[in-house]
Amino acid sequence: MRATDTIFALSSGAPPAAIAVMRISGSNAFCAAEALAGRVPESRRASLALLRDAAGMELDRALVLVFPGPNSATGEDLVELHLHGGRAVVRAVSAALAAFPGLRPAEAGEFTRRAFLNGRMDLNEAEGLADLLSAETEWQRRAAGAMMGGAFSRRIEQWRQEVLVLSALTEAELDFSDEGDVETQNNHKISEGCKKLHDAIRTLVEAPGVEKLRDGLRVVLGGPPNSGKSTLLNALVARDAAIVSDIAGTTRDVIEVPVSIGGMAFLFLDTAGLRDASDDRIEAIGIERTRAAMESADILLWLGEEGTGPDRPHLVEIEAKADDPAHQRKGSRAVKVSAKTEEGLAELVATLTDTAKELLPPPDQYATNARQRDLLAQCVTALAQAASAEDWLITAEHLRQSRLVLDALTGRAHTEDLLDTLFGRFCVGK
Amino acid sequence: MRSDVDILVIGGGHAGTEAAAVAARMGVRVALVNFDKATIGAMSCNPAIGGLGKGHLVREVDAFDGLIARAADDAAIHYRMLNASKGAAVQGPRIQADRALFKASIQRQLAALPNLTIVEGEAAALRFAPDNVQRVVGVDLADGSSIGCSAVILATGTFLGGKLFRGEERLEGGRIGESSALKLADQIRGSGLPMARLKTGTPPRLDGRTINWAQLDVQPSDDGSWTMSPFTGRRHIPQLFCAVSRTNSETHDIIRSGLDRSPLFGGDIAGQGPRYCPSIEDKIFRFGDRDGHQVFLEPEALDSFLIYPNGISTSLPTDIQMAMVRSMAGLEQCEIVVPGYAVEYDHIDPRALDSSLAVRGIEGLYCAGQINGTTGYEEAASQGLIAGIGAASRFLGREMPALDRSNSYLAVMVDDLILQGVTEPYRMLTARAEYRLRLRADNASTRLTPLALQSRCVGEERTLWFNQRLWEKQALEADFARDFSADQLLRHGLDVKRDAGRMSLYEWLRFPSVTVRDLLAVSRETTWDGDETLLDELEQDGRYAPYIERQENEIRDIAANEKVLLPEWIDYRSIAGLSNEMVERLDAARPENLAAAARVRGVTPAALVAIMVHAKRAQQIRDVAA
Ligand SMILES: Cc1cc2nc3c(=O)[nH]c(=O)nc-3n(C[C@H](O)[C@H](O)[C@H](O)COP(=O)(O)OP(=O)(O)OC[C@H]3O[C@@H](n4cnc5c(N)ncnc54)[C@H](O)[C@@H]3O)c2cc1C
Ligand SMILES: Nc1nc2c(ncn2[C@@H]2O[C@H](COP(=O)(O)OP(=O)(O)OP(=O)(O)O)[C@@H](O)[C@H]2O)c(=O)[nH]1
Ligand SMILES: [Mg+2]
Repeated sequence: MRATDTIFALSSGAPPAAIAVMRISGSNAFCAAEALAGRVPESRRASLALLRDAAGMELDRALVLVFPGPNSATGEDLVELHLHGGRAVVRAVSAALAAFPGLRPAEAGEFTRRAFLNGRMDLNEAEGLADLLSAETEWQRRAAGAMMGGAFSRRIEQWRQEVLVLSALTEAELDFSDEGDVETQNNHKISEGCKKLHDAIRTLVEAPGVEKLRDGLRVVLGGPPNSGKSTLLNALVARDAAIVSDIAGTTRDVIEVPVSIGGMAFLFLDTAGLRDASDDRIEAIGIERTRAAMESADILLWLGEEGTGPDRPHLVEIEAKADDPAHQRKGSRAVKVSAKTEEGLAELVATLTDTAKELLPPPDQYATNARQRDLLAQCVTALAQAASAEDWLITAEHLRQSRLVLDALTGRAHTEDLLDTLFGRFCVGK
Repeated sequence: MRSDVDILVIGGGHAGTEAAAVAARMGVRVALVNFDKATIGAMSCNPAIGGLGKGHLVREVDAFDGLIARAADDAAIHYRMLNASKGAAVQGPRIQADRALFKASIQRQLAALPNLTIVEGEAAALRFAPDNVQRVVGVDLADGSSIGCSAVILATGTFLGGKLFRGEERLEGGRIGESSALKLADQIRGSGLPMARLKTGTPPRLDGRTINWAQLDVQPSDDGSWTMSPFTGRRHIPQLFCAVSRTNSETHDIIRSGLDRSPLFGGDIAGQGPRYCPSIEDKIFRFGDRDGHQVFLEPEALDSFLIYPNGISTSLPTDIQMAMVRSMAGLEQCEIVVPGYAVEYDHIDPRALDSSLAVRGIEGLYCAGQINGTTGYEEAASQGLIAGIGAASRFLGREMPALDRSNSYLAVMVDDLILQGVTEPYRMLTARAEYRLRLRADNASTRLTPLALQSRCVGEERTLWFNQRLWEKQALEADFARDFSADQLLRHGLDVKRDAGRMSLYEWLRFPSVTVRDLLAVSRETTWDGDETLLDELEQDGRYAPYIERQENEIRDIAANEKVLLPEWIDYRSIAGLSNEMVERLDAARPENLAAAARVRGVTPAALVAIMVHAKRAQQIRDVAA
């Protein structure tokens, strides 16, 4: 009976924020709007209204939008209240809604589950939406939009069709080549087709995922103690996030600082300086963590001696403390920076954003999330095996596996599991 | 009305005989009604049994101790393993049968069943309970008598409203020279069951004495020792060869010259024919650029000169058929004994049936065979088996055997039929079975005889045979569970890599260079005196084990969705978000559970969740109301 309840929740980010959007969905949504705003405004038009609670207390001057079902985002009657984002206002409006009979706060992902149940979106669109919700930057919003518009689904469908064609060719070999003179001998065509498709899908698998857009590229500062890592971090994030001192071994643990630069999310990681610390157990643990952090780096800013950093694809040699005449010199490829005078800082930021653009999925193109990438990677493996199998039966079986995986991406298989994981990840309100 | 028998089967074709026999084996009293006692077990068309996909069905029916495989062995004048060069899972055992011997074997096997009565006559009407028009209680025969029963299995083949076509000629009938079941057809059409029309065809029969065999390539029976039923043991009748001729551009010109007189192209036949078994005029029309099509000349019997030209099914006028045949190599002087024809017939939409092939909403009525929109003896026999087990289990108050898509082609076919319906005559293909790596023709007994034993439809002889085989199989498996190192194998001259490690003999089978017989030598250092087919079965199991294990998860997932039952009374129209097309399909097929609903074409994941939620909610409301 739950699906007929009317639910509400804050669907924008946590307050305080400039504007907070409260959504109400279900058969009592319009009654609730009327009770709060005194009237139900014209459908799909933003109108200003003074919201009052049941006792007549003024709550907020807000924009009210109503969308009648089934042509709303959830497929049910839907109301959006755009409130002034203070915590007190949001709390008061929530309390007024909760007091309204037949309304209750939504569970995680419940809005989307309803939209999904009411046939308002397919699974890929729902996942695109999930990522949109947690998207905090412009860049992310645009990439999530492309997936929601169905570009991803269309691509998968196209691949599914290609796999179907390859399967059909294989089946012709299996079921018909012995029945008289059906023209077969498709060996070459099938394995070439599998390879081509394999390459196309692998390109997408290897492209950076949508989590990078949301969680940020990991920029790790590494080098020996006292090389100026913490100071540089503070300069980059423009606040005193890490303790700085001239004592070697000041930083003991990994410090993570999220920042948005040029519409892109970064996660800066300051680390304990690298040295032989066999006599200090705590420092030794810190250094272990440093190594792990450097392993996971998308970009490594290396403040140590030139050429002695770990072997990472995006290592940037930093010539730190450039203002200090006694500082360690590096070759011309290194970025010269002084955290003190901010000399070279803009250049370093530009290097970071350029690398990020290379690493992040471009806007207006869909990015895959971990689940999608995992499935696509299975598809890639299956196609590689299909291409190299010598037994038609095995080729056919691998092609069937690829089909299944593509079906799973559009939500055909494993429906319940998938929905649980998917909806469990949603923040309340969408 | 008095119950004269428990189950009455109408139609003594491949479906009807198999249905009657299995019900009788399960111990219920059965009557089998057929127009003519002499045509029971007749092959209407191509005298061959088995083939790709079809051979699997034959072996599966056999695993339930059915008739068809043994009759095939009793009549086999030519054996061939199709796809012999490919993996065992897609190999299809096929035989050509002496028609008369086949029919005689079926009749002999039926006569041996004590509680089966054969009734000669035309079933004219179903009788319903006076107080319940949705319950079948008997059948009226055309001679005025009636027989009471608690269930009827309709297995009337192409005889419901059958109409024959050849050029401009039209005849009523289900097969040449036989009448059509008009009265019964009228009643069934009036009953509100969803019906449609399909068509099929047959080639002319040739006089083998007028064929110039010397000019043609021959194809002998293969030299293996396998049989259609592993229970048969060995081949016992003389083997004949068949020959191959070919159509040519002259043949094609002749066919084109007759197209305007063809009932197929003149629009007289509305029913859809099978795409994979087209008439020769269809082939010429659709693949006009091909320079020729193979024609197999297959003997119909040991003591007959009739030849079945496989590949030129046709309903062209007789004079065109004559000219067409004579344009081919070796057939220049050939005489046609019976010209080919097409038949159009009524079938019911199988989506009206449940998984025991019972008609939903009418108690005691089952349908099996071509009447359900399939084509082929094997497909018919398989459905006969299912309907027979269904009706008998129902009567005895027992469960249906647990057949599903992961354990049998039988279930694949039934599931396809009852969920998707048919748009052309349905024929089995291995591609229809998603778990075909485990559904091999060679392991049908292992897969299904245990279920058959539970359903108590296996005779004593086969039970003994199966138990003996099971015992040998277990001994063999215990043997193959022992670990051996690469070195040990190398010492026996096997082709393995020295660093491959140590594993069980069964695991060694994953390597294509290692054969089961090699390993047997390693393990026993003596020869195997048990059932030879067990060795091949074990080898295949070992070869494909990694793939089969991978499929386990998939099958478990489906099993979970199978537990979500969808009640018969769900109103799909009331589920928000389902498209009209989905509602129509779900409404026609009435899937029994969520896994089945997921297989209905066009049902999206969102729809599935909506259906699940609706079913759960509707069930709750019912429970509260009750
Ligand atoms: C012309 C033709 C060509 C075909 N070509 C092929 C082919 O190439 N390959 C292939 O695999 N399959 C072919 N088939 C199909 C194959 O013959 C059938 O699919 C198969 O025989 C169906 O079995 P069945 O038991 O459903 O019906 P049938 O074998 O047709 O048996 C029906 C039986 O029911 C009896 N009967 C019907 N109505 C009544 C009644 N009211 N009262 C009493 N008895 C009744 C009939 O006498 C008959 O014995 C062809 C069929 C025909 C007719
Ligand atoms: N002149 C000058 N001094 C700097 C600069 N950056 C850092 N320093 C000094 O160098 C010393 C060490 O700096 P930190 O930032 O703590 O060095 P660290 O690499 O984090 O050291 P650990 O945490 O011990 O590994 C401090 O005394 C800083 O003031 C710079 O750009 N110019
Ligand atoms: Mg530090």
